[in-house]
Amino acid sequence: MTDTITIDDHQVPFEAGQTIMEAARAAGLYIEHLCYNPAYQPHGSCKLCSVKVDGVIQTACTMPAIAGQKVESDSPEMKSRRKTLVEMIFAEGNHYCAFCIKSGSCDLQALAYHLDMHENSFNHRYPVRVIDASHPDLILDHDRCIFCGLCIRASRDQDHKNVFTMAGRGKATRLAVNSETGKLGDSTIAADDAAAHVCPVGAIMPRRGAYSTPIGERYFDARGIDEIDNASGKL
Amino acid sequence: MEVFERADLAAAVVTAGGQHGNDPHNALQVCLQLQQQFSCVPADAVPMLAHQLHTTTGHITSLVSFYSFLSETPRGLYDLYISDSISDHMQGSRQLLHRLCLALGVRPGEPRLDGRVTVSPTYCTGLCDQGPAGLVNGHPLTRLDDSRIDTISRLIENAVPLDQWPRELFTVEHRIYRRDLLLGTPLERGDALRSIADQTPEEVLRELAASGLNGRGGARFPTALKWRMCREASSETRYVVCNADEGEPGTFKDRVLLADYADDVIEGMTVCARVIGAREGFIYLRGEYAWLRPHLEWVLQRRRGNDLLGDAILGDSNWQFDISIHMGAGAYICGEESALIESLEGKRGTPRNRPPYPVTAGYLQQPTVVNNVETLFSAAHIAARGSAWFGTSGAGGTKLHSVSGHCERPGIYEFPVGCSVGEVVTAAGGDGAIAVQVAGAAGELLLAEEFQRCIDLNTLKTSGSFIIFGPDHDLFTTTANFTRFFAHETCGFCAPCRTGTQLARSVVDRMAAGRAFGRDREAIDRLIDVTPALSHCGLGGTAMNPLRDLRDKCPQRYQALFSEDDTSVLHFDLEQELSEIKTLTGEIPEAEQ
Ligand SMILES: Cc1cc2nc3c(=O)[nH]c(=O)nc-3n(C[C@H](O)[C@H](O)[C@H](O)COP(=O)(O)O)c2cc1C
Ligand code: SF4
Ligand code: SF4
Ligand code: SF4
Ligand code: FES
Ligand code: FES
Repeated sequence: MTDTITIDDHQVPFEAGQTIMEAARAAGLYIEHLCYNPAYQPHGSCKLCSVKVDGVIQTACTMPAIAGQKVESDSPEMKSRRKTLVEMIFAEGNHYCAFCIKSGSCDLQALAYHLDMHENSFNHRYPVRVIDASHPDLILDHDRCIFCGLCIRASRDQDHKNVFTMAGRGKATRLAVNSETGKLGDSTIAADDAAAHVCPVGAIMPRRGAYSTPIGERYFDARGIDEIDNASGKL
Repeated sequence: MEVFERADLAAAVVTAGGQHGNDPHNALQVCLQLQQQFSCVPADAVPMLAHQLHTTTGHITSLVSFYSFLSETPRGLYDLYISDSISDHMQGSRQLLHRLCLALGVRPGEPRLDGRVTVSPTYCTGLCDQGPAGLVNGHPLTRLDDSRIDTISRLIENAVPLDQWPRELFTVEHRIYRRDLLLGTPLERGDALRSIADQTPEEVLRELAASGLNGRGGARFPTALKWRMCREASSETRYVVCNADEGEPGTFKDRVLLADYADDVIEGMTVCARVIGAREGFIYLRGEYAWLRPHLEWVLQRRRGNDLLGDAILGDSNWQFDISIHMGAGAYICGEESALIESLEGKRGTPRNRPPYPVTAGYLQQPTVVNNVETLFSAAHIAARGSAWFGTSGAGGTKLHSVSGHCERPGIYEFPVGCSVGEVVTAAGGDGAIAVQVAGAAGELLLAEEFQRCIDLNTLKTSGSFIIFGPDHDLFTTTANFTRFFAHETCGFCAPCRTGTQLARSVVDRMAAGRAFGRDREAIDRLIDVTPALSHCGLGGTAMNPLRDLRDKCPQRYQALFSEDDTSVLHFDLEQELSEIKTLTGEIPEAEQ
């Protein structure tokens, strides 16, 4: 007999060692997330996947599934908190979706639609951040970085290059590049590295691909973010 | 700006690295040594450090940009910080900061062009009972007033070396106004060790459990249980860490213990080491207490000489334990135990994902006990005298309170666990107090009508900070100070805290300027709900307490902070838009960064 947990009204089986997120995905249940990607170690930083586990809030992407857990994910309370959190994340950076090349295939934008966010009730911070255009094939646009750490993990654990690291503190948190100059162009990253493609938003983007897919045919134009898609690179 | 010779940098990097085993886990300690030498970690030294410590440039950059006491550009010959934490603030620290800046011709946080001096505001320096306080090149400055500020600026203008500055500027007093069980009955050195020498670890643990001792760092986790979990975790290597980060605004009891009772604290660590089977321990000392380090090193050395520490404790060559001191570098978050461990490992202090907890996977992923200074101090007393003795003043023993603010006698008070807020106020001469902040910025605001509440495990936890507010105090000042504190200290790892503290701060700034509107009220309500609920650690978990308490406990004051003009739905904030240019032109001083 396999052990199960309960997520909202669903009985969900799990294997030993799985997190709540992994168990949910395997059962076809969507839990909102930004910093989680099944290919990498969980990070636990965006907190979008926060669920109540037996009444205590935990992140589904890091919390091990334990038989008998009662997980509350889709409740109005948790949904509304996630929506607020997405608004807070938007207010922190500089997101101009209307002319962003990631528009339509961006997880953050898709999450905002998914959570019915139509406007932002928080004052935007409009931080001053500088674009790193030093790489011939890639652009690092710090304006859109949400500090999910996926590029760090991909570069370290998959590309074995360790190109990125998190620097700064608090509001000055920033993605830093491991090179003598701190510039992407002087790092060892290459256009076909996993780290060059993993960014859930439009912070690390390939050059020359912009607008090649017309609006209407982009990834999230065809589906909502809650349609779990294990086949493609997308989540 | 000062330019450093590459050869000098290279030599310094080799020396500092060599003294720390060229170990990347010591990267923070090595950076601190460079900071001391050059008043910064120069950009040119970053690749050298990476090479010397077998790590990446990104690792070094990530440290220099994270810790407040590391800087990328030189701070100069005199590196000054003036505490603007609430107790100092109430004593006029802001005016003193400006007086000093004016006299020296500098702006807060900006080095003077001649490389002489930088003056920055900082939060609590742990000298709240003798503030306004500050630090110069790591040395404590106490009881600052106009005349002392003028003296200091003259000394700096004349480039007088620090060792020729008048001693009284640096005098730190350790004032204990109420002694109970622990402070009233001193231990002889080695008492606790001798008394457990013939006991099994099980016996020591049983006694500790019977005493009911729980963590004095604020979370109040049962100490015996923590030690037992670590002891029972499977591993060859275990560690004891003394958490001497004491960053909570208004706390200074750990400072007093480390200064006057270091032997007892170290003895507590040694007892713990014996129980869990550790041979190595660390004291993680906050950067603000760097001036205590020589004393602590001296005590450690003396104890090694007396067979109370080292290769053969009490002459028993099977009992080995030694302690080294690791410095923090200006980051409140490093008081959180898993962030502290990251920092001990030479990384940025961001809290880890849990489980696993430090008792099973702590320093270098080995089982680790992290205890507060006072917890270890109390444990030494219990080991020496037994649990029954610990209960004589009342079940659960006694607790130290660091009392500051509007009162006659700011200082240390030892009270039985469960004493009332009012008892402490009265003892300290806080007549007429309108409110008390218990447990610091992360704690709770208690109005006078709540002074009968008891400070104990279930109803009111405390790390020991106790700040008294007199009748003329505007409680919004406290709310604003604490909210800015959290915005400054959030580590930035998780979204709800990193973004939430900035948003809260911006509302508080607008409240202070009379430009908060109806939509800000809703924003605050949502932040008070979401940030604590979703945050990764206790910092985000408590960062909205100050706004919550003002909203819920002082509704009139709170209402008055919002402008009548409720029609403003503009996202555009003229003042905010102009703030950068105004800062550049000196119209608003950037004291709060
Ligand atoms: C943001 C934050 C800051 C903390 N700062 C300190 C501190 O300065 N000193 C301390 O002893 N504990 C601090 N703690 C609590 C520690 O995480 C931990 O609970 C404590 O060191 C355990 O020791 P104890 O059981 O002896 O209290 C802090 C916790 C948080 C969340
Ligand atoms: S990264 Fe995503 S959310 Fe940000 S501007 Fe681009 S599309 Fe919009
Ligand atoms: S660049 Fe992209 S992947 Fe990297 S941390 Fe920022 S948002 Fe995440
Ligand atoms: S709650 Fe704040 S301090 Fe704690 S991990 Fe998150 S960002 Fe860092
Ligand atoms: S997806 Fe779990 S915290 Fe980001
Ligand atoms: S130094 Fe002033 S509040 Fe602590």
